[in-house]
Amino acid sequence: MSYLLKNVAPLGGAPTDVLIDNGVLAELGTDLARGAAEVLDADGLVLLPGLVDLHTHLREPGREDAETIASGSAAAALGGFTAVHAMANTNPVADRAEIVEQVARLGEYAGLVEVRPVGAVSAGLRGETLAEIATMARSAAAVRVFSDDGACVHDARLMRRALEYVKPFDAVIAQHAQDPRLADAAACCHEGEVSGRLGLPGWPAVAEESIVARDVMLAEHTGSRLHVCHVSTAGTVEVIRWAKARGIEVTAEVTPHHLLLTCDLLAGYDPLYKVNPPLRPADDVAALRAGLADGTIDAVATDHAPHAAHDKDHAFADAAFGMLGLQTALGVVAETMVATGLLDWAGVADRMSLRPARIGRVAGHGRPLQRGEPANVTLVDPAASQLVDPDALVSRSRNTPFAGRTLPAAVRATFLRGRPTVLDGKLVNGIPA
Amino acid sequence: MKHLLSAADLSRDEANAILDTAREMHAIQNREVKKLPPLRGRTVVNLFFEDSTRTRSSFEIAGKWLSADVINVSAKGSSVSKGESLRDTVLTVAAMGVDALVVRHNASGAVQRIAQWVGCHVVNAGDGTHEHPTQALLDAYSLRARLGELDDRHVVIVGDITHSRVARSNVLLLATLGARVTLVAPPTLMPSGVGSWPCETSWDLDATLSGKAFGDVDAVMMLRVQRERMSGGYFATEREYAIGYGLSPQRLDLLAEHAPILHPGPMNRGLEISSAAADGARSVVLDQVQAGVAVRMAVLYRLLSGADEPVLEEAK
Ligand SMILES: [Zn+2]
Repeated sequence: MSYLLKNVAPLGGAPTDVLIDNGVLAELGTDLARGAAEVLDADGLVLLPGLVDLHTHLREPGREDAETIASGSAAAALGGFTAVHAMANTNPVADRAEIVEQVARLGEYAGLVEVRPVGAVSAGLRGETLAEIATMARSAAAVRVFSDDGACVHDARLMRRALEYVKPFDAVIAQHAQDPRLADAAACCHEGEVSGRLGLPGWPAVAEESIVARDVMLAEHTGSRLHVCHVSTAGTVEVIRWAKARGIEVTAEVTPHHLLLTCDLLAGYDPLYKVNPPLRPADDVAALRAGLADGTIDAVATDHAPHAAHDKDHAFADAAFGMLGLQTALGVVAETMVATGLLDWAGVADRMSLRPARIGRVAGHGRPLQRGEPANVTLVDPAASQLVDPDALVSRSRNTPFAGRTLPAAVRATFLRGRPTVLDGKLVNGIPA
Repeated sequence: MKHLLSAADLSRDEANAILDTAREMHAIQNREVKKLPPLRGRTVVNLFFEDSTRTRSSFEIAGKWLSADVINVSAKGSSVSKGESLRDTVLTVAAMGVDALVVRHNASGAVQRIAQWVGCHVVNAGDGTHEHPTQALLDAYSLRARLGELDDRHVVIVGDITHSRVARSNVLLLATLGARVTLVAPPTLMPSGVGSWPCETSWDLDATLSGKAFGDVDAVMMLRVQRERMSGGYFATEREYAIGYGLSPQRLDLLAEHAPILHPGPMNRGLEISSAAADGARSVVLDQVQAGVAVRMAVLYRLLSGADEPVLEEAK
C-alpha cells in the first residue's frame, strides 16, 4: 500500500505533497499524482520524523500486568513514536543476550514500533560486576545502549570500566545519576522547602549533579560516550554545558514531566507525582526548558513507567516510582516548548527524533525528511488539543499525572517503514491483546 | 471539621475550642467514676501501623471515658511487604462500621491518603516525620495551664527538628495561637526550607535560652533524639550532642523560674535532657501525659458528637 500525504508541512515548513511507497519517502513535491496511492488530506498537519524514545519501561518480562511489549508499543505508536528503547530493569534483568533478543523479538512481533532493548551495565543491576555487555552488543539484538537505570552505577571504577568496555561497539552508557549515599532508596521528594514541610525524605539536587560531574570527567578520561538520563536540576544542565564546551562526548535527556510539573504538586501526597528523580522547583524546570532549547540537553525521553494501581495505592513513601509518558510526551513538549516559543517543530524533530536516534544508534530512524529515506514518520495536528483521559489510554496502567489536563497538538498518523500503525489518531489494527 | 490530619487544619477558634473542651474533660479525670456518655454506641478504631503504647493507650482511654467502643488494630509491617495495598487494608477495617479511625503510620502523608479513601472521621495519631497534631494540642494545653494565654509567649523547641512530627505540628499550632517559636538544632538536624516556617531558628542553645538571641524564653520543649541518627552522620557522639544541645543543669539556670520544660517522651536522660531538668519543679512531662487523654477526649468528642457546636460543622 502507498500513501499520498497532500499539503503536509515537513517540520512545519512550506506545504508539500509526500508520497510514501515501498517503505520509503518516494517523492516530495507539489501536485504529486495519486496513482495507486491512498490520499490523506494533510492540510495543516506537520510531518515529523517518527519520534524515538531513549528511555521506556515496558515491564516485560516480569510485570506484564503493568505493561507488555505489545501494549507499550501501542502506546508508543499512538504517541507518535516509531522506535523506543526498552530499559533493562525487567525481571529477569536484561543483562544477557537471551533476554535482549527476546525483547527485540517481542517488539518485532507486536510490529508497532521498533523496540531496541537496553542492556544492563552490571550483572543483575547490582552495581558490582559488568554484565555481558559484549555478548549483548554482538547478539541479534545488537544492543547499543547500556544502562542500570533505576539504579546508579555509583562505583567510580565500575563506571570507568563500563565506559571503556563499550568502545568497540560504539555503544553508550546511559547513567541514572543518583549518588546513593546522598539520596538513598527512600529519597522520594526534592530536598528543599517541600520535603521539609511534608516530612518526606529529601533527594538533593547535588546527588545528581555530583555523579554527572564525576561521569563527564570519566568520559573525558576514557574518550567514551556518556548519556545522562532524565536530567532534573539546573546544576546538572550547567555541568553538561561545561562538559560539552570542553569537548567531552556527553549527551543528555529530559523527561516531559520534568519540563512541566513542579514539586509543589506533592502537597497532597499523591503518588501519581512520585518519580525518580523527583519533581523539582520552578527554577529547575525553567533551566531544563532553556537547556533543551539551546541544545545542552539533547533529547526528550519519556521515562514511561507504568505501574498497576495496587503499586500506587500506598502511602507516598511506599508507592512505586514513575508515571506514564508515551501517549502524552508530544503534547507536553508542545505545551512547554512550542507554545512558549522555545522550540519550533524542526526543533522538536531534532530533540525527539534526530538526536535520540543518533545517541541510540537506531538505523533508519531520526532521518531527514528526504526522498529515499525510510518512511518512519509521524503526522501531527498542531492546532488540535487533547483532553487526557486515563481510561482511554492503551497502556495496561493508568498512572498518568495529566488526567483531566488538555494538552496541545495531537498525533494523527504514525508510519513504521511505510506502513501506518496509527491513522486518524487510532491504532490501525486495534489494541493488541 | 471532619478530620484532624494536621495542626494547620485548626483555626485559632477551633484550637481554643478544643483546648476549652479538654479543660472540662480534664476535670472528670479526678472523679471516681470517669465515664461520660456522649459517644455511647460509637466505634473508634485505633489503627496503628507503627508501635506506640503511649499514644495508643491515650486514645484508647479517651475513647472509653466517652463510652465509645474502642478497638485496637495493629497493622505492623508495611502493607507493601504483605502484598496488600494500604488502600485495601484500610477499606477492610473501615468497612466494619467504624465511626472514627485514629491512625498512626510510619510514612508521612499516609493518614492524609487514608482520609481520602474512607467515609468516617480520621484523626492523625502521627504520620512519619510529618505531623502529630494531638501532641501539639496537648503541649499547648500544658503550656496554657502554666502560662495562661499564649499570645506573644516565646517557646523554644530543641533537638532533631528534621525528623520530628512533634516539632512540625507545634510550630503550626503555636503560631496559630499567637506564640513565638524558636527552633534550635545542629544544622544537620534542621529541615530544608525551615526559613519559610512561621518561626525563628538557631544553632546556639545557650544564646537562645539566655534570651540573648530572640528575647526572653517562656517555655522550652526538648525533643527525643533517636540514637540511630548518629550512624546517619547527623551528629558525632552522644557526648558532643549533649554538650551542644542537652538541657543540662547549667542551662537550667539560664531559664526563667516560670518557664515550663516539656518533653513528648520517652526521654533519653543524660542525652537531650538531664534528670535535674526532667524531674525538677519546672518539668511538666507528666502533666503532658495527663493532658493527652483530656485533649484526645476533646478531639473525639468534637468530631463525633454531632453538629450542635458550630466548630463541629464540616469544613467542606
Ligand atoms: Zn532512571
